Amino acid sequence: MKTFKIILVVSLFLAVNLLGEKPMEYVETGVNPNTWSLVPAGEFYFGQHQHVKNIDYDYEIMVTNVTNRQYSNYLNDALEKGSIYIERDTVWGYHPGDPFDGYLHEWEIPAGDYPHVPLGNPGLRLTYGEGIFSPKSGYENHPMVEVSWFGAKAYADFFGYRLPTEMEWEKAARGTGTNDYPWGNTVQRNQANYVSSHNLFKKMFSDVVKTTPVGFYNGRSYDGYQTMEGISPYGLYDMAGNVYQWTGDDHPKVHYRYMRGGSYQSYEYSLRVWPRNSAGPEYSSMSLGFRCARTPIGEIGAPADTTSAE
Amino acid sequence: MKKIKDLFHFFFQTTKGLILMGITAISVITAIWGMLSGPMVEWGVRDFVVNLLGMDLQSVERSGRIIMLYHVIAMIVVAIEVYMITSIVPMRRHQRANINNTITVGWITTTIFGLAFGYFGHNYFYHGLFLVGQSLIFFAGLLLTAALYPWRKHFLVENKDYAHTKAGYDLERMAFFIMAVSMLISAGFGAVTGSFWSNGHETFLAEDLIRNPDKTALQKAVIGHLHIMLTLIAVAITLIVGRWMDFKGKLHKIAMPTMMFGTIVISGGVWSVVWTKMAHTFIYVGSVFVMFAALLLVIHSWGKLIRDRIAEQGIENPGFGQKLVALFHDPIKFGPFWQMVFMNFTVSGVGIFMAVKLEEIFRVWPAREERITLTGHWHILSAIIATIILMYYIDIWGIKGKLRKWLGWTIIIGSDIAFGAATIFSMKRLFVSEYDQASIVNWTMLLMDFGLGIILVLVGGLLIWRLKDLFSSEGFWKKESDSPELDLERTGVLTQAGRDAIEKEMEI
Repeated sequence: MKTFKIILVVSLFLAVNLLGEKPMEYVETGVNPNTWSLVPAGEFYFGQHQHVKNIDYDYEIMVTNVTNRQYSNYLNDALEKGSIYIERDTVWGYHPGDPFDGYLHEWEIPAGDYPHVPLGNPGLRLTYGEGIFSPKSGYENHPMVEVSWFGAKAYADFFGYRLPTEMEWEKAARGTGTNDYPWGNTVQRNQANYVSSHNLFKKMFSDVVKTTPVGFYNGRSYDGYQTMEGISPYGLYDMAGNVYQWTGDDHPKVHYRYMRGGSYQSYEYSLRVWPRNSAGPEYSSMSLGFRCARTPIGEIGAPADTTSAE
Repeated sequence: MKKIKDLFHFFFQTTKGLILMGITAISVITAIWGMLSGPMVEWGVRDFVVNLLGMDLQSVERSGRIIMLYHVIAMIVVAIEVYMITSIVPMRRHQRANINNTITVGWITTTIFGLAFGYFGHNYFYHGLFLVGQSLIFFAGLLLTAALYPWRKHFLVENKDYAHTKAGYDLERMAFFIMAVSMLISAGFGAVTGSFWSNGHETFLAEDLIRNPDKTALQKAVIGHLHIMLTLIAVAITLIVGRWMDFKGKLHKIAMPTMMFGTIVISGGVWSVVWTKMAHTFIYVGSVFVMFAALLLVIHSWGKLIRDRIAEQGIENPGFGQKLVALFHDPIKFGPFWQMVFMNFTVSGVGIFMAVKLEEIFRVWPAREERITLTGHWHILSAIIATIILMYYIDIWGIKGKLRKWLGWTIIIGSDIAFGAATIFSMKRLFVSEYDQASIVNWTMLLMDFGLGIILVLVGGLLIWRLKDLFSSEGFWKKESDSPELDLERTGVLTQAGRDAIEKEMEI
């Protein structure tokens, strides 16, 4: 009997750990990922030491990260138009190269084709078959991950947008105040998706699923799980936690691309508005996504809406 | 009243009491401040502690708080090493008293007001006294350097088994002296930068700047400062435990000049980081010499452990197995040198591997992964030094029998499980993808918490025992008061010139 119990426990353990992910349930958050928010020109506090910086132009930034549905739609369009191609189980595209400074340890990034999305990575929440990309079921409104900086920039370029610079990103996250987090100076465990969050997803699905749908922390209750509203002064969601976000700058002498916002793997101090993470532009990860910025196209003072990415 | 006076004497006037006070302070700080991070946050323990103690934790001040915390802990470790050095290196009694008294007031002031400033609210009073405390520790360092001055004929080597010059000057004393001078200069690198705080220099954690291509001179000075201070603390504990094991003979004669040369080259290399791009080359060269000297100490110590035990057992022609058993017989003496060997896998090896594969592997990883590896390996080095001090203290205490073995093996196995797990955690991207990492992350975190937790519980138990002991009139504290200095062979002896100098002083 004792042996049987041991076998049963070990079998259950192995089944839970080895059989992979459970089917994913789609969770509607009520937040439209096609919404943009206007960030007006002006001064703001930048970085840990709150240096006053100025962005002397208005810009718009996406209210949420780019979702799997948005990115798969883009891939289908771009594939059709020939701006990307698939080879060796990876989506590739052209990059005109970065200026080279000849600095010690500097990586040269010459003009050429670079990886955008590694299709073989299990963390990718897209499927590809018969020439069509689709989001995996249940992940449609989760942030697009496993996308390199080249892949993020290509998406932005395709629609005439751009990746936000670090300054644009931080102003959009912090507003013109001195808050540490987009909404204040503390973070609660049901306010953002980070390492200490005991969110609904960890209870409902396997441990591998870590992202939450974009705009999840909006004060709504999901099957009894009450979230707090985690938005920035400009109404942006997930500017702290869920997934890191690529920013657009090419930093001279190193060519790392900086990522902001922290992810579901981060401790709360990485969710503050100023800490940086960085990687080479070809890096991709299941905890790394992006959102876009653009010159305002709508009426100044009101968020513009577009369906072009959908 | 007499009891209180006796206890005061024990804690403030005896080497053994001073060391116990230092270890207690670090343990209490580690226990309380360890509840502010890691899984303690998720379990709600941090919020409870913060509310209970009335801490004021502003998120924006996190970097500054961490800097205050590890300065406080480092100052106490330095003080413990100084207490040991003043006891094992021959010096005049008043010198020992002056050094110990100064550094004791220094670290207590630094600790109280450093933690108050970092965690309980900012004001000039707290920060000012934190700096006063550190200044006193620096001043104690100056006194120590003067006391260790090796080119004086007051203390010379008589037993020719110890490394010495032709004139009989003590090379081990010289190694301590060079370490102390290097530490004073290196402290200056931190102090100078600190004096520019908010006037050209802003608080930062070194690990956050790793990928900045252009660092300011002040930033480089701080980065150099923290690296060299930890290195010199490691050099100091190596020399200290060498004396504990009565390091002598040919290996001692090779090791001491090697250690001195290595210390000078590493220190010079680190200081040069502010001005040159060659710093790492110097540091690598110096490290080879310091690590070689440590290796010679390990060889000596393990040989001595085997020989002593075999002699004790009366075995005439021991086999390999018997020698091995003899080596493991006393984990408290085996442990510190095993930790030095183990360090090569978890600290030096990782560091060398990172340096060699920096661009091929580590710079391909995101900065946060590289950061984990960097912070991981120097946290491990600090903790290894702590376990060595702890094991030496258990020997100083005189714990014997089965308890000694249990304590020794618990510290060795617990810490090595934790450090090994931390190394695997920090290097996980070499052998597991992000998608598949959950299991290895969970297990390594669990092992780290288990390993470190078991040692904290052990230390807690020992300190409660010592606390209880204070209520006994004939407890350990009384015996240690009667025999306050460390019981070991000293390299130098007082010479006639030394006696004459003392007498001349007394004439005044």
